This record gives sequence, structure tokens and C-alpha cells, in this order.
Amino acid sequence: MSSALAGDILDLTLEHLFLVSVAMGIAAALAIPAGILLTRRTFLQRWVLGFANVMQTVPSLALFGFLIPLPFLGGIGQHTAIVALVLYALLPILRNTLTGILSVDPAVRESAIAMGMTGRQLLWEVEIPLATRTILAGLRIATVTTIGTATIAAAIGGGGLGVFIFRGLASVDTTLLLAGAVPAALIAVAADRGLEWVEQKLSPV
Amino acid sequence: MNERRVSPLVSFRQVSARIGQKDIFSDLSFDVEAGETLVLLGRSGSGKTTALKMVNGLLLPSAGEVSIEGVPTTAWDLIRLRRRIGYVIQDAGLFPHFTVAANVGLVPRLEGWPLRDIDTRVEDLLTQIGLPPAQFSTRYPRELSGGQRQRVGVARALAADPPLLLLDEPFGALDPITRVELQQQFLHLRDKLGKTALLVTHDVREALLLGTRIGVLHHGRLVFLGGRAEFLKAHDKEVRSFHTCLEETWKETI
Repeated sequence: MSSALAGDILDLTLEHLFLVSVAMGIAAALAIPAGILLTRRTFLQRWVLGFANVMQTVPSLALFGFLIPLPFLGGIGQHTAIVALVLYALLPILRNTLTGILSVDPAVRESAIAMGMTGRQLLWEVEIPLATRTILAGLRIATVTTIGTATIAAAIGGGGLGVFIFRGLASVDTTLLLAGAVPAALIAVAADRGLEWVEQKLSPV
Repeated sequence: MNERRVSPLVSFRQVSARIGQKDIFSDLSFDVEAGETLVLLGRSGSGKTTALKMVNGLLLPSAGEVSIEGVPTTAWDLIRLRRRIGYVIQDAGLFPHFTVAANVGLVPRLEGWPLRDIDTRVEDLLTQIGLPPAQFSTRYPRELSGGQRQRVGVARALAADPPLLLLDEPFGALDPITRVELQQQFLHLRDKLGKTALLVTHDVREALLLGTRIGVLHHGRLVFLGGRAEFLKAHDKEVRSFHTCLEETWKETI
């Protein structure tokens, strides 16, 4: 392996990590509060989950393509790629947040209310701690998927390890393909293990 | 001269409960006087748990009025009201992510007691219910037996020294030996601490053991309300079905 290729791998891996971290940060910041809000507004559940579901079903290459002509969100480059990745990551986080909070034992919730907890105390001291494990599992699924999907970002000039893959496809060069696919797979495995560890550490029971 | 009458601690006045389309009960009236233990006895679906939940405002009446210390629940600040009423349910409903000490000390903490006072109170209560603090305060609920969990549930309800206790089938999920132990302990604590209690059960023996008065609910109607002796002499059909449960039928089979 030439040192030029090694240098490219490092650069594109860092770019890939950047895409994924920013997208996951935004997705978590949107989906966790939205999931909590949905537990309080049952009538919205169908609509919001429906939207997130539809986003998941759009083929990823097509979704990147649809975003290109949009003003502000779209165009060519990294920010469009991040918007698409966020849209993909929303559903697993949203659904797990909702499930995690709704599956808190009703007897425990009732006790908390009967002990005189305020709504805020019920949320922060009982519901969120008891849902932590499920919420983190959602984040883990979303992260691992996003690491894979982010390789498609290269198709719209978003950079990342996908650059190797598309270049390898175009020139039928297996080395280039592997230079993109192997690091992406390794990052995914590492993220999976790392987040699983965090899950174990943070789960309260 | 006006004679000042102490109003009952809890008072139901023509209370109706409707959940969704279903009438749980209507026109229910009774009082719980300070110092007594009123047991509401009834089958599943008789409306007894619904009545209990109206006392601490977990449910509000669809008609009529439930008053605590003379003030209707609709006029109470419910957070304040609930912190003045101990609540014990079947299987205890302990917080699985809190230690025993944190579970017991919850209401004092919510009420902003100084940490030292909370610690002292928790230790004192754990000792009283027979769970040595040195051994139990740092355990989690999953590390306790059913009987121990229920004891912690009772201690948690007593923590902020509320004048009134609500108990919903508190000993229902326990094996018979543990149940009798806990019932005896409850009697002892109640008399020592002078608490008023409203307890809901389907177990007629428990009603006779713990109740200073017994109310029988049947299909959302209070078909009997009176002392233990009256209960045993009463002729109402539902009360007589409970009498049957007291007969020791196994004697004839051996």
C-alpha cells in the first residue's frame, strides 16, 4: 500500500467520522426530546412516527438526490449529506425513546405520582433513568446504520470513505473499494462495541 | 355557643366515578375518622381501588366531592396533598433504580428535608420494620424478597410522617406466612404511630384483622358499613358471601 493511499484513508476516515458524529449529534438532539414530547401528546404519535417511517423507506441514494435541488437544506456537499443522514437516524432514536418511556412499569409511575412527584421530577428521576437503556440502544442502531449510509454521501460531494467506493466502482479497482469498505466496517464494529459498553455502564438497573 | 366539630379526615359525599364510558360507582358516601382503620372490602371490579385513588387525587370524582381535612380534592394543591398521604400498593411499586434508602427517603427529599434528617429518618424506619439499615439501605429492590420489598413500601409511605395511609391490597402478593407477619407488623406500627388508614382488600380475614370498621362494596354500592361485630351479624347477601369464605370448609373433607 502506497503511503499516499494510507494518507488518503486517514483523511477520508476522519471526514467520515465527522459526517457521522455531526449527523448523530443533530439527530439525537431532535429525536430524544421529540420522543419524550410524544409520550405526552399521544395524538401526535401516529403522525411523527409515520413521517420518520417514510423517511426510512426512501432508498438512500434517492434521498440524497432529492435533497440536491432544495434551497437551504440541499445542494452539493457535506451539509446536504448531513441532512440526509439525520433524516435516516431519526426513526430508531425516536421509536426507542418512545418505547423506553412508555414501557416504564405503570405501578412505578403511579407510585411516583402518588408520592407527590411533579411532572418534571417524574420525567427526570423516574422515566428517563428507566428508559436510558432503551434510548441508548436506539442511538446505537442509528449510529451503526449511519456509518454505513454515510458512504453514499460521496455521491453528492459529501466526502467520507464513500469517495473510495465510488472511485473503485468507476475504475473497477478492488483495492480502492476495500480502502473504503474495510475502514467503514471497522468503524461500525467499534461504534457498536463502544456504545454497547456505554449502555451497560449507564443503565441504572 | 357554637360547638366546633372536628371534620373527618376523609369524607366522600355522593361521589360518582366514571372512567371512559363505564360507571365504576355512583352516589358513594362515607367518612374516615382520624385514628380509625377503615377497610373497604369487595371483589375485583367492585370499585374499591377507584375509591382509594380518589383520596390522593390520582382520580377525581365525576360528580360529588371527596374532601380531605374538610377541603375538596379539587381545591387541594395535589402535589402537597399527596406528600401528606402515604401510599402502599401490591408489589410495593418501589423505584427499581433507587436503593432501599433512596426509596424510603423519597418524600422527605422531595419536601427538602436536610440530608442528615433524611438519613436519620430512613435508618429509624428501616430498623422499625425489621430490616437492619447496615445490611439493607444500599440494596436495590431486585435484591429483596417480596416480603422485604413490601416492608420497604410501608416504610416509604411512613417516611414523611403523613397523618393518613392508603393501602391497596398491600399484602396480597405475599405467601401466607409472610402475609400474617406483615399484617401483625402493620397493626403494631399503626397503633404505635397513631395513623389513620384506608385499606382496600378482597380478603375478608384481612378486613377483620386490620379494620376497625369495614365497608363492603358491591357493584359500586356500599352495601354495608360498620364495625367487626356488626359485620359478622349482617344479613346483606354480599356480606353473607364473605361470611362463607370464613367457614373452614376443609374440615369436612378430612
